Parts: sequence; structure tokens; C-alpha cells
Amino acid sequence: MSTQPAILPKDEAAAEGKVNVQINGKWYRFPKGTRIADACNSVGAHVPCFCYHPKLSIAGSCRMCLVEQGMPPRLAPGAEPVYNADGYQTISWMPRAVIACANTVAENMGIRTDSPLTQDARRGVLEFLLTNHPLDCPICDQAGECKLQEYTADYGRGTHRFTEAKIKKGKNISIGERVNMDQERCVLCRRCVRFMKEIVGEEVLGVVGRGGHNAIACHPGKRLDSNYSLNTTDLCPVGALTSKDFRFKMRVWFLKSTPTIDVNCGTGTNINIWTREQQVYRITPRQNDEVNSCWMPDNHRLNYKYINADTRLLHPLVRTDAGAPQRKAAMEPTLNMVSTQISKCDADQIAVVASARMTNEELYLTRQLVDMLGITKYDVVPRKGESDNMLIAEDRNPNTTGSKLILGRDGSGLQNIFDGVRSGAIRALIVLNEDVVAAGLSEDDLKGLDYLLCVSHNVDGTTPHADVVLPGTTFAEKYGTMINVTGRIQRLNRAIEPLGKAMDTWEILRYLLVRFGCDNEMITACPSARHLFDLLAGEYEPLQGLTWGAIGNQGKQVIETGVTIPLIEREKAKK
Amino acid sequence: MSYIHIKRPKFSILDKIYVVELVKGLALTFKHLALSVCHKSRGRDDFNSHGIGVCMEFPETRWDERLPEYYRGAPTLVHGEDGRERCVSCQLCEFICPARAIRVVPGAVSPDSTCQKQEKAPAEFEIDMLRCIYCGMCQEVCPEQAIFLSKEYLITPTDRSQAVRNKETLYRLGGTRKGLVNKWNEHK
Repeated sequence: MSTQPAILPKDEAAAEGKVNVQINGKWYRFPKGTRIADACNSVGAHVPCFCYHPKLSIAGSCRMCLVEQGMPPRLAPGAEPVYNADGYQTISWMPRAVIACANTVAENMGIRTDSPLTQDARRGVLEFLLTNHPLDCPICDQAGECKLQEYTADYGRGTHRFTEAKIKKGKNISIGERVNMDQERCVLCRRCVRFMKEIVGEEVLGVVGRGGHNAIACHPGKRLDSNYSLNTTDLCPVGALTSKDFRFKMRVWFLKSTPTIDVNCGTGTNINIWTREQQVYRITPRQNDEVNSCWMPDNHRLNYKYINADTRLLHPLVRTDAGAPQRKAAMEPTLNMVSTQISKCDADQIAVVASARMTNEELYLTRQLVDMLGITKYDVVPRKGESDNMLIAEDRNPNTTGSKLILGRDGSGLQNIFDGVRSGAIRALIVLNEDVVAAGLSEDDLKGLDYLLCVSHNVDGTTPHADVVLPGTTFAEKYGTMINVTGRIQRLNRAIEPLGKAMDTWEILRYLLVRFGCDNEMITACPSARHLFDLLAGEYEPLQGLTWGAIGNQGKQVIETGVTIPLIEREKAKK
Repeated sequence: MSYIHIKRPKFSILDKIYVVELVKGLALTFKHLALSVCHKSRGRDDFNSHGIGVCMEFPETRWDERLPEYYRGAPTLVHGEDGRERCVSCQLCEFICPARAIRVVPGAVSPDSTCQKQEKAPAEFEIDMLRCIYCGMCQEVCPEQAIFLSKEYLITPTDRSQAVRNKETLYRLGGTRKGLVNKWNEHK
């Protein structure tokens, strides 16, 4: 062939370990073994899927991802392949569609996602899925983020040809402590079954019945009570599995999602917080293959109620005389008063209990404060628990690594501070976002103090004994960075504005630093936590050269700690 | 988008100088003037009007009976013939409301409801009548035929909080609507 190119595209691609694939008439290159669905989605040719999930095994049960596919014609014995001017063989299209999730790309393969055959196939599949589907979108929590709704808008008929009575199945069944099931809504994609089997390793769910009476059910005597059960509600493409916590709380189209991280343990699971008008409604995991894959534990997911609880501190509380009740006060006079009171104390007799739940920026200003006042007794409260061999880390503080780096403390000196309080060597205690009563100090110990300053977002064991309580913010109201157990720096974003008169801890600390005469303009004139990060990046070696933008929503590995996340290790080993 | 071509009428020279139409219009005006001076205006008896022209003496005489079928008054919630609260708190009305007058707090259906299959019902449903613009979008968007614009036009709160109607008030004003919505029937 005189018109074919000197080097054929197939040889070029093979040298890179790739194959040439034609999608909707255009040629692309993909690594060998790429799934057709992934290949199509990556170039903007959307393939609808119910059962396919990149983290689970392939089921191929929903048939929604059918695409028209073609390959070069099989050669007769002895015949040479014929290449056109671009170096490709002609594609002979198959008369029937194939599923895009279970097939991988091959050299010179052709795929059509917009051809009449593909569209017809999808319309047919969808019509069958809808034959027994109840029309209860108005009461379904999934409405608005339901794949079936979306694809019906794309490929639905609008009218029903199925005139027989619909098959009745179970509705509103409690299959676990936190999960509700509606068998009529189910499209039998079996994502939940595969998740429980492959990721959690507990065979709890299965498919029962035959034909149209197929339904998901728990194995006899078992319930979906795993600490990862709510991930099945995220996985469920329709409203068959729904969260009891979020049941009938709010329609999802009213909610705004903010990407941030979970602060319940050292893993720093990537999450989205869903809010509407200063109210947090739910938390869902966000994909990060280095931290939490696509999952998160239920107890962390549901630990958001304190953000909008009645116990939130919305004003500063001040006790003017010993024994008098705490009274509400305004923010600025209180801060002025606090700085005067602290400056009256002897630096040797002041101790600071900070928190490894604070962001790096807040810890940095804490460091500036203790350095400026010459305080030597400061530490964070350690929290140790047991790892669940999945995502929950042993370290239940989200930022111990950051605290070690910036404050130089990891909680080992906390007992010395507590002993100092008990013996009377420490007369003034500054508690930042911690509850020292829960950490081991008794209420009588606190009564012996001359001065107790608390920054806290909720009423806890310590705040009733404080001379001054400043209202702090929860993680949902913060901008900042934290470094997780593996040494990955990740961003927190503000989902709601600080409630009431609450102020970010870094702002409170900045105010105090200004009052104590800090002359670093980068700190005194700092407009946001994001600017503080630039200071951090200049000062600490592992953060050198990093910016707020460079961290991104996926975080950056900055320190080698040697700690790994079991679930991620297993996932990597599988590949 | 499809375009509809509208046929414009052809104007004759008489139409174009419009003097004839002007005279016709003035004649109509003078006819009404003459009728009102002779106390013979149309609708005068219906409104119990006296004096020159037509004057409805509100509030002794009211619009109530005279409103057209399509009149859009205050939105209300309705019960079905079967006694079921039709609203399932899907919040589409809240979403569509251009004046953001509607606020729904969704909740589960009460345990003593006759229709447990419905599962969901509003825990609270508030319409701020100071915000409502009577556009009727809520009625149009409702998939459950639960919200209707009534013929009520007299909304006279004495303070702002009175203008917010809660679920109880809305159901009381809406009453019962004829015609069954069979969607939540056990056999459907």
C-alpha cells in the first residue's frame, strides 16, 4: 500500500503500551485494559451506567451501558491487513450492542455511543427497568441525584406501554440500624451486595426471588449493621437504599456541597458537607484514592449534629466575679479584657492546652502566642483508639502530624501540665478547642485555678468553669489545612459561615497577638487563614513551596510518617 | 425551538389613517357617558350601585360571587376525598416559587394516617402571604394535586407574623377537593 503512513498508528501506540480506539468517529489512544465505559467517559462521550463502579468488581447486570462496537474484519488465511491513508483498518460494526463496563478496548476498535443502535438499546433497557418501578419520586430521598431519573430524562419514553399490574415488593423496610430499603425502587445493580462482600468483607446482602420478583435482601439472621453500611446508600444509583438519618430531611437540590475533610480521626477522610442556609444536613465521602477511596465510616459520617446543636456557644461568656454566673458579652470588649487578664499573669504560671483538632494555621498562631509570652508549658490532648483495619486510624486526632511539626508537641507532656494544675504550680490555663475535664482534670482542679480561658464551639465539661469562654468554630466553618497520619496535607473549606458571634480560633489568636504587641505585619494584617498558610509554607521545611491552590482538593504528600491506611493498601494490592 | 409564523393582517388605506377607528372609539366613550348620566350603566344593579356610573360599595358588596373561574387568590393545601392529606412535601413548590414565599419542613406521615404508603407528609408548611405573588406556579408544579390557588383575595394581617400561614391554616382554608388521586392506593 503506497498511501499508508510509514509508521502505523498501531505500532506507535503499542510502543507506549496503548491501543487506538475510534469513539464516535474520532481516534483516541488508551492504555491496554481500559474499560470501554471509562474510555468513553474520559473523552466526553457519556455512557450511562447503573451497576458499574470503578472500585467494585464487574457485574454487567444492568445492561444500561450498551454501546455499538466494531472491529477490523477477520482476515482470510494468508490475507494481509489493509490500512487506509491514516493507517487504520476499516471497522466492521457488530449487529448487536455490547456492554461498555465489562469489555476492554482493543487495537483498531470502534465505539459509537450516539448511534441509533446504541440509543435504541438504551431506550429498551430503560423501558424494562421502569416496568415495575413505582412512581414515587415525590417521596423518594434519591430524587434529584437518581441515575434512573437522569437517564429517564435522556432515554425515557414519557408514556408507559406496560399495562399489566406492577409487581408489588417490600417498601420502607429497615434492613439495618442506619439503612432503609425499598425493593420496588431497586434496579438490581447489586452494587451494595458487591460492596459488602468485597470492601467490607461481610456477606450480608444478597439477591432473592426469580424474574420480576428479584429483590435485594439480607441473609437470614443478618442485618446491615456494619460501620460502613451507609456507603451502600451512596452507591445505590436509585432510592432503594436510603439513609435513615437523612430520610425526609431535605431535597438534595436545595443543598450546597462543600469539599472538605473529616476531623474524627487521623485519616482525614475526604468528604462533602451538604448544607442549606447555615444548616448541615449530611456528609458524604468524596473520592480520594490515597486517603479513603470512595468510602467513609458511618460513625464519622453521622458525627455532625453538634454543628447546629442547641449547645453551640454563640456569644462570649464572661464571669466577672468568682462564683458569679457567666454572662453573655460582646466579642471585642471580651477579647480586650482577655488580653489584659493574660498579661497580668506570670508566664511561668500559664499553661496552654491546644488541640490536635486545630488546623495548622491555628497551631501556628498558638505557637506565636506561646513564644511571644514566653510560655513553656503547652501541649495538645492525645486521643488514641483502636484502628478498625479499614479507614479509622488509631490516632483519633485529625492533625497530630501537624501539631508535631508546628507546635512540636504530640500530647506526651499533657500529664505534666495537669500535674502542675493539681499542685498549684499553674495558676492560669488557656484551653483551645479542647475539653480538659474529659481529658482527665477534675472539676475541683479547675476551681483551684486563678484564671481559666476557654475557646470552644459547644458547651462541654470545661466551659462552665471558665472565667471567659470565647465562641469558636467547628470544622464546617473553617478554612485551613491539616496533615493526616500518612503525612498528607489536606484542606478544610468553609461550608457555613460561623454561627452567631463565633470566631475562628486563628482570628481570636491574631487579635490577642496584636494586643500583646506582635510586630509581624504578615500576622497582624492577615486577612484569612489562607494567607497564614503562605507564612507556614515559608517557615516549615516540609511545606516549602506549597500554596493553598497547589494543595488542591486531593491534598499533597508532605511528610513520610510510615503510617498507612489499611483499606487503601488492600486496594493498591488488588491492582 | 420551533418558530411559529404569525400571519399579520393586511391594512387598507382606511385602516392606516385610523380616523374611522378613532371616531368609533369616541362614540363608544360617549355612549358610556350618556348611559352613566342616565343611571343605566351595565352591572349597576348587580353591584347595588347608586349615583353616576358604577361604584361597588366595598365591603358591603364584595367580589366573591362575581370572580371569574380562573381567578388566582391565596394558595391553600387540600385534603383528598378519602381524607388524606394530599401533600407529600416533595418541596417542588418551594423550589419553583419565584418569590420564595413557601417554606416546607418535610417529615414522615403521621402513624395514625390512613395512607401509610404515602410515607412522607409535611411536618410544617408555611406560606408567607407578604411574599406570595399569586402566580400559581406552585399549583402548576404540584405532582400530587395538593396545592390550589383559592379565590380568597382579602389578606389583611395586622402584623408580619400573621401573614405567614402555617400548615393547619392552609389545610383549613383549602378544605376537601373532589376527585381521587389513586397514586398512593395500596394496589397501585
